[in-house]
Amino acid sequence: MAPLLNWYDFDPFHDLYHWLDKHVESWVVYLVAAVIGSAGILTFVGLGALVNVWLERRLIGRIQVRRGPNRVGPFGLVQPVADAIKLIQKEVLQPDAADSRLFNLPPIIVFIPAMLTFAVFAWAPDLVLANLDAGVLYLLAISSITALAIFIAGWSSNNKYALLGAMRVIAMMISYEVPMVMCFLAPVLLAGTMSVAGLVQWQQHHFLLAAFVPMSVLIYGLSATAELNRTPADIAEAESEIVAGYHTEYSGMKFGLFYAVELINSLAVSGIMASLFFGGWWLFGVEKVIPAWIIFILKIYFFYFGLIWLRGTLPRFRIDQLMGLAWKMLLPLALINVAVIATEVLIWQEADLGGWVLAPYAVVNIALTAALVVVFFRIVTARFYRLPTRVILVRDIQVPALPAPASSALRPPTPLPQ
Amino acid sequence: MIKIEDVLVVGGLLFAIGLYVALSRRNAVGILMGVELMLNSVNLNLIGFAKLTEAPRPIDGQVFAIFVITVAAAEAAVALALAVSVYRYRQSIDVDKLDLLKW
Amino acid sequence: MTGIDDTAVVIAFWVMAVVTIGSALMVATVHDLIHAVLFLILSFVGIAGLYITLSADFVAMVQILIYAGAISVLMLFSILLTPRSARDNAGVSYSAPIASVAILVAVVLIYAGLSTDWAYASNGFTSTAREIGNALLDPYALPFEVASVLLVVAMVGAIVLVRPTHEAGGTPLGEGEQF
Repeated sequence: MAPLLNWYDFDPFHDLYHWLDKHVESWVVYLVAAVIGSAGILTFVGLGALVNVWLERRLIGRIQVRRGPNRVGPFGLVQPVADAIKLIQKEVLQPDAADSRLFNLPPIIVFIPAMLTFAVFAWAPDLVLANLDAGVLYLLAISSITALAIFIAGWSSNNKYALLGAMRVIAMMISYEVPMVMCFLAPVLLAGTMSVAGLVQWQQHHFLLAAFVPMSVLIYGLSATAELNRTPADIAEAESEIVAGYHTEYSGMKFGLFYAVELINSLAVSGIMASLFFGGWWLFGVEKVIPAWIIFILKIYFFYFGLIWLRGTLPRFRIDQLMGLAWKMLLPLALINVAVIATEVLIWQEADLGGWVLAPYAVVNIALTAALVVVFFRIVTARFYRLPTRVILVRDIQVPALPAPASSALRPPTPLPQ
Repeated sequence: MIKIEDVLVVGGLLFAIGLYVALSRRNAVGILMGVELMLNSVNLNLIGFAKLTEAPRPIDGQVFAIFVITVAAAEAAVALALAVSVYRYRQSIDVDKLDLLKW
Repeated sequence: MTGIDDTAVVIAFWVMAVVTIGSALMVATVHDLIHAVLFLILSFVGIAGLYITLSADFVAMVQILIYAGAISVLMLFSILLTPRSARDNAGVSYSAPIASVAILVAVVLIYAGLSTDWAYASNGFTSTAREIGNALLDPYALPFEVASVLLVVAMVGAIVLVRPTHEAGGTPLGEGEQF
């Protein structure tokens, strides 16, 4: 065993695998490493789900100028356990005409992509469960399975509202997958690798990718919120609109699984944002003082706090507003982003410039992002700022049209004639 | 030990099942399912050849498979759009009933 | 080196093969069309697993992303837009001749595959994503561009085919503007 040079070189698993390697075959070591890694990730996911329930309810309560749950334990810390017990002891109803084999599948299927996402994260410099060569594509492929689970949930409930809610949600999810895929191209182009650990290493040698591809950060933030079905894009669970959407007929722990998966997915999305755009376990050298995986977990919770903040502050979008946002704003922005980044990378490689060229690239990209977002916002929302014309309800009746407005800006209404 | 023959056997069986599904369905979407199974079996053969036989550039099999996936996606989109459009006009998606061109 | 001889990979290959062929058989025999589509999705995922055992990780993820993620959703949506009475997966009445034709095709293909003298090898790939990217830009640049044109054509064609026609109603509000 090599002597420890610094206290952060202590890696018990590393020593364990080396000791095992001398005694058993290599595939046993591989299996042991896989089991230990999976157990660690499952622990994090389970504890994360519990912590998230408490965190979300307390924080949303504070944002809404009320206290969150504070009765069950000190500061309401035992509330997740109370929630779990409540859900477990509820009667699990299943509609008679529902497809019984299909009805029990979605809570399981929707759990799988949420768990699998954590396998590619780099928790520390050499602490990756599966350092896939195409990790970014793996994340995208996994997240497209969630739509199928939601469809099965809506279909097997044998309930018109559930089916309608499921179809709306799937239309929204597959619409937001397109800008999400495109916005991942930009950091992959800059870093030259598709593996998540490789992207974090690139950020370690250069600066945070968020400074170079701010448009991707914005697009991913919005697309991921829509993929998670969180407010402001939570038409799936809009209780005032569609009863409860695709999980209307699910009661008891099955609904609890849907709820837990939404929280775990939020953690996964925050993890992707932290790894790909904000440095992962690297934080300007702080990882030599604090263990790297603690920094990573803190970053995940920082972005999860951002997601909770969005949920507590923004109202819900309509379905046509959501689809318009995806197709008319995010997709062109993502395409322009890919074109700009590809041009910059081409200039960088062909002219053989050094690493100094990334700083002006960052400045140009940030300025371009701000300009494009403002321009696209103006274009997409222009028609909502004009004064409304009269709606013609019956075609044969001639209704005199209002006089054309003097200017298209909003102005105070003219006073009524006395 | 996996040799190329094992991959070819699996691919052949899948192709035959896809052929049976494609030929013996009345529903247009069912026929499309059979066609997708056949395309997947072809892809499996291509990937197997890329890995398990000699080639001047072994990655060609995987590139070919990606192109097949692309073409299959385009074809599925158009075929399903056709199915929906046919339902709109003929109120039925049973391919036995779509026989206007029969003499 | 005439093949893959890593025990775990061999076991994984045969497990995935059984899953894939089993779900393909279920596609052929279940009664409900939605169940058949779900078994088809399972066979797509099984084929992706087979790709991974054959060292094609990039193609496996593309398969899941496109087949299980997009084409399956497309099929499910189009089943929902078509009548409930047409949703049975029963075959036509002459399924026995078709089955015998299919078995004959399988026998011919398997015999041809087993009796040919293949040039065995076991190719390794350093990074399939990188090699596929290089191959798509250097030797296969023309098929790449043609594939993108094909996708645009298919997209436009599908949209044009399912557009609501004028006799179906058009805009219900005449010349007024909605807000």
